[in-house]
Amino acid sequence: MEASAQKPAVSSQRTRSEHRLAWMLCAPAVLAMLAVTAYPIGYAIVLSVQQIDLRFPDEGGFVGLDNYLAVLGSELWWTDFFNTVFLMVTTVAIELVLGMAIALVMHRAIFGRGVVRTSVLIPYGIITVVAAFAWQFAFAPDTGFVNNLPLIADDMDWFGGRFSSFAVIIMAEVWKTTPFMALLLLAGLVTIDKGLYEAAKVDGASAWQRFTRITLPLMKPAILVALLFRTLDAFRVFDTIFIMTRGAQDTESVSILGFNQLISRLNLGLGSAVSVLIFICVFLIAFLFVKGFGTKLDEGRPGG
Amino acid sequence: MTPRRTARALACLATAILVTAGLAACGGGSDDSGPRQLTFFVAIQPGGTIEEVSKRCSEESRGRYEIAPEFLPTDATQQREQLVRRLGADDPSIDIVGMDVIWTGEFANAGWVEPWQGKLKQQVTEEVFPNVIETASFEKDLYAAPFNTNTQLLWYRKDLVPKPPETWDEMIDQAEDLKEAGTIQVQANRYEGFMVWANALIESAGTPILSGPETVDLEQAPTEKALAVIGRLANSSAAPASLSTSDEDSARLGFEAGESAFMTNYTFAYASAQAEAPEIGKEMGFARFPRVDAGVPSKPPLGGFNLAVSSFSDNKDVAFEAAACLANKESQLTAVELDGLPPSRSDLYTDKVVTKAYPGFAGLVKESIEGAGPRPTTPAYQDVSLAVQRTLHPPDKIDPDDTESIYDELKSNLEDAVKREGLL
Repeated sequence: MEASAQKPAVSSQRTRSEHRLAWMLCAPAVLAMLAVTAYPIGYAIVLSVQQIDLRFPDEGGFVGLDNYLAVLGSELWWTDFFNTVFLMVTTVAIELVLGMAIALVMHRAIFGRGVVRTSVLIPYGIITVVAAFAWQFAFAPDTGFVNNLPLIADDMDWFGGRFSSFAVIIMAEVWKTTPFMALLLLAGLVTIDKGLYEAAKVDGASAWQRFTRITLPLMKPAILVALLFRTLDAFRVFDTIFIMTRGAQDTESVSILGFNQLISRLNLGLGSAVSVLIFICVFLIAFLFVKGFGTKLDEGRPGG
Repeated sequence: MTPRRTARALACLATAILVTAGLAACGGGSDDSGPRQLTFFVAIQPGGTIEEVSKRCSEESRGRYEIAPEFLPTDATQQREQLVRRLGADDPSIDIVGMDVIWTGEFANAGWVEPWQGKLKQQVTEEVFPNVIETASFEKDLYAAPFNTNTQLLWYRKDLVPKPPETWDEMIDQAEDLKEAGTIQVQANRYEGFMVWANALIESAGTPILSGPETVDLEQAPTEKALAVIGRLANSSAAPASLSTSDEDSARLGFEAGESAFMTNYTFAYASAQAEAPEIGKEMGFARFPRVDAGVPSKPPLGGFNLAVSSFSDNKDVAFEAAACLANKESQLTAVELDGLPPSRSDLYTDKVVTKAYPGFAGLVKESIEGAGPRPTTPAYQDVSLAVQRTLHPPDKIDPDDTESIYDELKSNLEDAVKREGLL
């Protein structure tokens, strides 16, 4: 190390060199992010303002915002958008309630803690496509077992109607991702000081009061992080719908709409416009969460 | 990590790269001596046709080429999605493409497959049904060697139905009157199979969907008649409970389970019923695809695969030869023997192999192919098919007594589709 005379100079120089080191250490990650995230997003934006169709290699050219106008002016985009929002809101709400319950159980488990926590996580470890097939087979009128259950008509065609399809899609999604929600909530739960509960008990607070007055307020940051992750995920729902209905019976999500334009029609212009719009929606959701609850997101962080 | 260890690791890596490069070079050098490797991308056939014909043709080439099949999924949409992603990226690893009859316009227009010329062109179209040659052609050029074709017949239960119906209306009446098995199995999930059904009905009613790659025909009166058939069946007791999610396989299963007295399906349904449900199989009758208009002969669906040579192949010369062999008379007989796929050559329908595969109905299959109404040929086929599926699905939304509004919607969506405008 260089020998310096004055103390403040040393510290400022050190801060600066630490900053430089920090940047150098970050650089590979930043470069990787630019290559795998910024470049594809930029390329999608470039494609979205052009007329590009792989089936018609001779055509092409700049069309400005035409593709966006075509998407936003289409009834289909809005149907699919509301389908997606509907799925997002219902799945995340159910997952939050169930996830909280499971987190409390995992937290309280007295014996077999490891076994309980691992077994709860199993659905999350299953590949989404596999889980979707499993649920589809279970509800299929010919091979599934669900229609043999009491109170359910033997020839009920779950994927033949809009709301019954949605019901199965929501169940499969909730089953699959509730463990993730529970895990994030459990992480928040363990940070709460046990002493607070004891003090509340001494003061005569009921179990419900302890939950609403201590657990929930102190878990707010963890809940917000869990909600943010799941909402962003849920908005991009694709696999489950693709396997179960492929968007039939008006169950299409915006991601499937994008897939249809890009992969089925090879219309890269229109498809990229859909993708960019999905990106903007996801960005807005994240922005609203961070702005709306920004200060609370780092609450409860050690030293925060 | 110490510098010396790092250096050693780098040296190892460098050696590994050099060795691999050396091997690759050796591999490249052996091109002249060994057989040329051809990759054949094609839908899987459970009976083993593809393996068998690939092996035979490789042997017959006496060391000139070796065909390695790469299998695509059974679902036509998924097959296409895998292929177009590769072809769209100029992938040289595809030499021969098993091309569904509906992809020809798209693949040819995009410059992904090579036109056939001269003697080979003549050889692969010899004795082939003219409308099957059409499905392998685009703008007067032939882009593929016709391999197998396919068509749908009306299958019915001889024990329940004394005389097969002539028209769809008659069939729905008969099914509604039956006390048991009073349903009709079709393919009406939102997928290509629905387009097959809708197209066959519209064609049978007397109008094509398109009259040119970018011109919508769809004459109003006949189209409305066809739409009324879809709406009537979907809203009738003759519709199976899962009509709007049915496909070829669910139709076959429903028929084999004895739930339905009628089914429109491809020729594989016969062999399947004999093997899986012999009781039903022995009562299985067959007739031509029903009419929409009593006075006009029906135009049954036409399916099948043609074999094309990829424009990105490095082995085009031998690939043409190999594709011609894969599609020849002997190969077509293998396909009918192992997988029950109807030959595209019309002269084979009196061959023992064919009459054994289609006992008593080889002539009917031939007649059905000759009278078939193929799906439209256009580079924008995918858009046209998606537009039809989106507009008419689920089928029970069609009111059989008022088809005018749905007709208008279909026509305007198709006009956008051929221009490839709007979302689908």
